[in-house]
Amino acid sequence: MNVLLDYLPQFRDGFLGTLAITGASAVIALVLGVVIAGFRVSPIPPLRAFGTAWVALLRNTPLTLLFLVATFVVPELLFRGASPFVLAMLALGCYTSSFVCEAVRSGISTVPVGQAEAARSLGMTFGQTLRMIVLPQATRTVLQPLSSIFIALTKNSAIAGAFSVTELFGVAKLLSDKGYAIALIFLWVALAYLIITFAISGVFRLLERRMAVVR
Amino acid sequence: MSEVSVTKNDEGPAPTGDPLVVLDNVNKHFGALHVLQDIDLTIHRGEVVVVIGPSGSGKSTLCRTINRLETVDSGGITIDGKPLPQEGRELARLRADVGMVFQSFNLFAHKTVLENVMLGQLKVRRKDRASAAKRARELLDRVGVGTQADKYPAQLSGGQQQRVAIARALAMDPKVMLFDEPTSALDPEMINEVLDVMQQLARDGMTMVVVTHEMGFARSAANRVVFMADGRIVEEAEPNQFFTNPRSDRAKDFLSKILHH
Ligand SMILES: Nc1ncnc2c1ncn2[C@@H]1O[C@H](COP(=O)(O)OP(=O)(O)OP(=O)(O)O)[C@@H](O)[C@H]1O
Ligand SMILES: [Mg+2]
Repeated sequence: MNVLLDYLPQFRDGFLGTLAITGASAVIALVLGVVIAGFRVSPIPPLRAFGTAWVALLRNTPLTLLFLVATFVVPELLFRGASPFVLAMLALGCYTSSFVCEAVRSGISTVPVGQAEAARSLGMTFGQTLRMIVLPQATRTVLQPLSSIFIALTKNSAIAGAFSVTELFGVAKLLSDKGYAIALIFLWVALAYLIITFAISGVFRLLERRMAVVR
Repeated sequence: MSEVSVTKNDEGPAPTGDPLVVLDNVNKHFGALHVLQDIDLTIHRGEVVVVIGPSGSGKSTLCRTINRLETVDSGGITIDGKPLPQEGRELARLRADVGMVFQSFNLFAHKTVLENVMLGQLKVRRKDRASAAKRARELLDRVGVGTQADKYPAQLSGGQQQRVAIARALAMDPKVMLFDEPTSALDPEMINEVLDVMQQLARDGMTMVVVTHEMGFARSAANRVVFMADGRIVEEAEPNQFFTNPRSDRAKDFLSKILHH
């Protein structure tokens, strides 16, 4: 008998679960990461301090610890009764946002400082300057590291399985507990991860090519 | 030095407009370096002031403090009677009234020439697209790059880029224009096309602060020359007098160096 065919619905749910948790966390990480990067280069000291603390805290904490905090501490304080999916999404999203932030920040630093000075001397606010002048020009250099960050996020999402989120790795564990040959299960699971990560690098390569054409 | 063959914009002495930019006892340090020392300078409406001086004397810094791209340690700066506010919306509003032209052009690389000249009008002056585009094309024609409107900055020559940068600043209808060595990054054959535009601006009565080593421009367009050395204003004079008969030894020394090679 074939474990993949016998348990196709479970594999499918796991695949979709991994896709969902990765996608949702990626959106959170991207939005938060860009905003926090804005904080880190802002002229307002408290915002800068917040940004620095955010990155220092999240980037240097083991992800598993963040998951523990998200599932056991956060519901007590903030989101009473939030689903494991939402909590896992928060943990992964916040964790990954610190890496996105640093990638965006290093992208910002590749934009010549004269660009921002010209914008400010026209009377554009800091926010306008960042949004309309600096970030668009930083995008190209940010794409490459962003692609790696999202691939890492895909693989990190496996931890969510241990916290009762349905995803690929959890399915693998479930089936191996039932006594199926581990090697075969892992082969299918690995293949599923590969599909996602290859799709991510493909999309980013496409984006990079598109941007190269523009200028 | 390239000479510009244009007549002087007025015969009389310094114009008598009211004070537009006033620096009062301004001091600034970069670490231990005292780059601006007790600077007092008043620029009147309609006046063209050329700032010259040796490298590192603080000319760029002076220019940049006027729209607060550099903060000062002490002293006051007012523009049209209003003191420069802290960083924020109000400062942004004030900066919109002060045009700035950089040595390295600093055109927005990801936007076309036309978009460069429209952006401030749209986002700062909140004009509608049609009138912003109309005004942008007018200004581009005026500086002689109307046919380049849809190109990106990198596709233009240095002289063309700098003229676009001037148009971009003019699009805000500034009260005063600051130029920080606008021709120093240009090949010699492009210097005059930029100076011509600046001459025309001066003749039209724009208030201008120009850091430059173009003596031809200073002689023909400036009402006043301010000579800086080591962070101080050493000498201020009407151009002819400054170039033919400088009072300070520093100025004599500097002029002999730049005029004799
Ligand atoms: N951001 C900065 N940090 C530290 N020192 C600076 C900075 N900007 C300028 N300086 C120093 O301040 C002094 C004055 O600089 P400034 O650029 O105003 O001179 P300048 O008269 O414009 O010279 P140049 O003719 O070379 O452009 C120089 O010694 C310079 O090295
Ligand atoms: Mg300078």
